[in-house]
Amino acid sequence: MVIECKHVWDYISGYLDGTLSPEVLEQVQKHLEHCEICSAILDSTRNILILTADERVFELPLGFSERLHAKLEAEIRGLHPNTPDLIDTGNKD
Amino acid sequence: MTGAPEKRDESQMIASILGGNTQQFHDLIRPHERSVYIMALSLLQNEADAEDAAQEAILKAFRNLAQFRGEAKFGTWLVSIALNEARGRLRSRKAVAMRSIDDIPEGQENVSPALLRDWREIPSEALERKEVRQLLQHAIGELPLIYREVFLLRDVEELSVNESAEALGISISSVKVRLHRARIMLQQKLVPQLKQVNPKRRWFPWL
Repeated sequence: MVIECKHVWDYISGYLDGTLSPEVLEQVQKHLEHCEICSAILDSTRNILILTADERVFELPLGFSERLHAKLEAEIRGLHPNTPDLIDTGNKD
Repeated sequence: MTGAPEKRDESQMIASILGGNTQQFHDLIRPHERSVYIMALSLLQNEADAEDAAQEAILKAFRNLAQFRGEAKFGTWLVSIALNEARGRLRSRKAVAMRSIDDIPEGQENVSPALLRDWREIPSEALERKEVRQLLQHAIGELPLIYREVFLLRDVEELSVNESAEALGISISSVKVRLHRARIMLQQKLVPQLKQVNPKRRWFPWL
């Protein structure tokens, strides 16, 4: 069975995730072999996903972790005022 | 000895924290800090508000750790607390005009990709450039919220489909549909922009 471009677009996400059924996968692959537009759509989508997954796109604000753990420490001590002051060894965060 | 020595056993850590070793909570949350912040940022779209909400979510997780049942992963539970925290703040920002969570009925709009004949791959090195990072951030930031949340959980924080569904409290099929739309919307938006960025400067000066 031959499928049109429009239908292939519905399967792009499933194709990239490897969740298409074998029959659909075969149809999509056959289509991609001769359709440069759908191939380029697929390649560009895959490329964009690789870029957006990169940790450099969203970075934590400078000092985020330090401020978070300071607040957390205050909370922990607030709940457990008797926690002895012995744990502060070698943690350079 | 069983298992790799480096492997984290979060349920064991949680049991230990609940047993009184509260300092261990610091270590428990360290690998999840980024996800919590990014999900708060995805809703609030402001770094200071997102940091505040992320801190509050983590403090709430500490206070309510005994309620964690271990049916979900700890990270998923933490992210769902962060999303609730951010949603609460979003609701209280009534003066700010923004899309509500429900304003796009699912399955109504038609999403088509940007058409092109060939794609020259953009290598990850391009992310060294601030303008490229900003293009991506803006495109994701402009996705309607229901798509943005799913996209960030699944494709940026790399949760599984099931975990994303759990964190958001939606069905697995909704995750798949929304994820597909989010990806196509990003392709549609970013392809023309990235194509323009590409030829202006060479990615590799030695080529």
